[in-house]
Amino acid sequence: MTKYKMYLLVCGGTGCRASASDSIVENLKQELETKGLQDEVQVLMTGCFGFCEKGPIVKVQPDNTFYTQVKPEDCAEIIEEHIVKGRKVNRLLYEDPENKKHIEDSKHMNFYKKQIRIALRNCGFIDPENVDEYIARDGYSALGKCLSELTPKDVVDQIKESGLRGRGGGGFPTGLKWEIAAKNEADQKYVVCNADEGDPGAFMDRSILEGDPHAVLEAMAICGYSMGATKGLIYIRAEYPLAIKRLKIALEQAREYGLLGTDILGTGFEFDIEIRYGAGAFVCGEETSLIHSMEGLRGEPTIKPPYPAEKGYLGKPTNVNNVETYANITAIINKGANWFNKIGTEKSKGTKVFALAGKINNVGLIEVPMGTTLREVIFEIGGGIKDGKKFKAVQTGGPSGGCLTEKHLDTPIDFDNLLAAGSMMGSGGMIVMDEDNCMVATAKFYLDFTVEESCGKCSPCRIGNKRLYELLDRITQGKAEMEDLQRLRNMCYVIKDTSLCGLGQTSPNPILSTLDNFWDEYVAHITDHKCPAGQCKDLMKYEVVEENCVGCTACARVCPVGAISGDKKQTHYIDPAICIKCGACEERCKFDAIIVK
Amino acid sequence: MAKIKTLADLKKMKEDLRSKVDLREKADSPESYVQIKVGMATSGIASGAKEIMDFLIEALEKRNIEAVVTQTGDMGYCFAEPTIEVKKPGEEPIVFGYVDTEKADEIIEKYIKLGELVEGIIPVNYQVIDEDK
Repeated sequence: MTKYKMYLLVCGGTGCRASASDSIVENLKQELETKGLQDEVQVLMTGCFGFCEKGPIVKVQPDNTFYTQVKPEDCAEIIEEHIVKGRKVNRLLYEDPENKKHIEDSKHMNFYKKQIRIALRNCGFIDPENVDEYIARDGYSALGKCLSELTPKDVVDQIKESGLRGRGGGGFPTGLKWEIAAKNEADQKYVVCNADEGDPGAFMDRSILEGDPHAVLEAMAICGYSMGATKGLIYIRAEYPLAIKRLKIALEQAREYGLLGTDILGTGFEFDIEIRYGAGAFVCGEETSLIHSMEGLRGEPTIKPPYPAEKGYLGKPTNVNNVETYANITAIINKGANWFNKIGTEKSKGTKVFALAGKINNVGLIEVPMGTTLREVIFEIGGGIKDGKKFKAVQTGGPSGGCLTEKHLDTPIDFDNLLAAGSMMGSGGMIVMDEDNCMVATAKFYLDFTVEESCGKCSPCRIGNKRLYELLDRITQGKAEMEDLQRLRNMCYVIKDTSLCGLGQTSPNPILSTLDNFWDEYVAHITDHKCPAGQCKDLMKYEVVEENCVGCTACARVCPVGAISGDKKQTHYIDPAICIKCGACEERCKFDAIIVK
Repeated sequence: MAKIKTLADLKKMKEDLRSKVDLREKADSPESYVQIKVGMATSGIASGAKEIMDFLIEALEKRNIEAVVTQTGDMGYCFAEPTIEVKKPGEEPIVFGYVDTEKADEIIEKYIKLGELVEGIIPVNYQVIDEDK
């Protein structure tokens, strides 16, 4: 039986592979064999370390040595020095950019501080259906601390001091919200959790509820204590069945332990939580609509003020926070406001969870301190763009946000910087686009979404967004004029200025930001009738290259609409009037005889 | 389940639960009490995490390996689902991605039994705030 004593892990991410990590594996194995160590040391290729900038990476375990920029010819030295003689190869160790010292143990590298998990601390660590595992990780101790050691005012002050801002998108200071709700007197008050995550491509809140439901329940109870509420409500979309199931289990277990209900932990404090299901309307993420929907009314927004903190659910003072906001609360109580407000930037404290999606290698869920740059998120943590293509834009903030480009890559991410760059933080969806994405089509996609999701209460949003969509549609068909671009822009401003709620006030953002950053692409659609990214089908034309066509008839056989004609061994012809631009012929042709124009 | 009546009770319970976990980790027989966590958020389940979990439980039992298999939430590596985390006593946990039944079998036979790593390792690249520190 082989029993390995050491492991050499070589990064097999796209970046490292491109710089010869395959031959590093080969060389390491060969060197080990010449030394007769192949049964004691195992060489293995792993997934991406996310440190592509300094690749290829070789990590030695169990001592956690982290070698960077390793070349195939360095392998002999690594084996001879490190494995045989037990001396680390200093010149290959990671050098700390600040003090220029070599770091021997990867755990001390700054890189590992790029992602700090606060809201996701238990996600992927505990069994979400077992309250004991949550308690073993200090669960419900923050609630216990609040109830027995802190006054409600202390709790509010802690949250205020922490600088936590609402993670649902708006970025309103959470402590202030709690304070206002606490000050309004009433016989009953409500704590509401907004789990109506609606942005396309966003799944942060769902993951928290699926991975760590008790963190949200505990934080809601803390909020209840701080403002004097005994009832909590979670508004969650019915499309999240697993999150609902785990919430229900968590509620049941918390009640059985007496962590929800009457006389919690013997302090006389009473608090319980109910679940309310949403039907998945985007507008119900807006707090007044959400409250109306919970009351059984149509999910439509109303004018603020009165704010929910004065007159919310059933006319009583109500505090509405997003799932991720709540997920930060217990850590703040346990570790202190001063611990939390040291993380992040001056005006945006703590971390933010992002759902990385689109044309990026490591699609997934990440949590980074505020102030991390887009470049770090996309190219280091995210592992860069798929298939080695070129980065074009990243969409943040969902249908209310905008597209950021190459020039924004080094912008530190926080609420204010993203707004200044013409996008917004939003709830945390981040969709990465490459050179094959057409920005006009992207804007059209989001408008299609907002047209569908507008509740119809006010005219600018209901009618205006539809008109915007139609204009964009004309552009993608090559039927628009240059004047339409000015019309488009004017209408965007009118809709923003005259809509009642956040949906209409922000729905033109995807258009405005793409007009600002990708003006040439709009112009190309209008004046040249071309889609530079090759995405708008109406502007594409499939043609046969006569010199290359051998008349094999493969394309004609695969065409689903019979648009290709031609005899055997004769040049074929595609009839543009019949062609539906499905691309099947291009894929089938072995002779590069079909091109897209 | 009995109700937890005071904060002191809660703290005591936490200590008990924690020492139980420690006991599991300190077991000295190398093959005993391997802990496996299966990422079971929507993305994991959609990629077949449930089947993997069932397979692991059955296979470990058949092969007489004492192990604790539990479910957990999203580890964040959605591109590599299903993902599982394997922790052998006294060793650092290792995350494996793209786990199908064949890979799960390989992980049991090679990594758990022989201590040999297999392809598909996802390096962890984040810090978690630990409530105890």
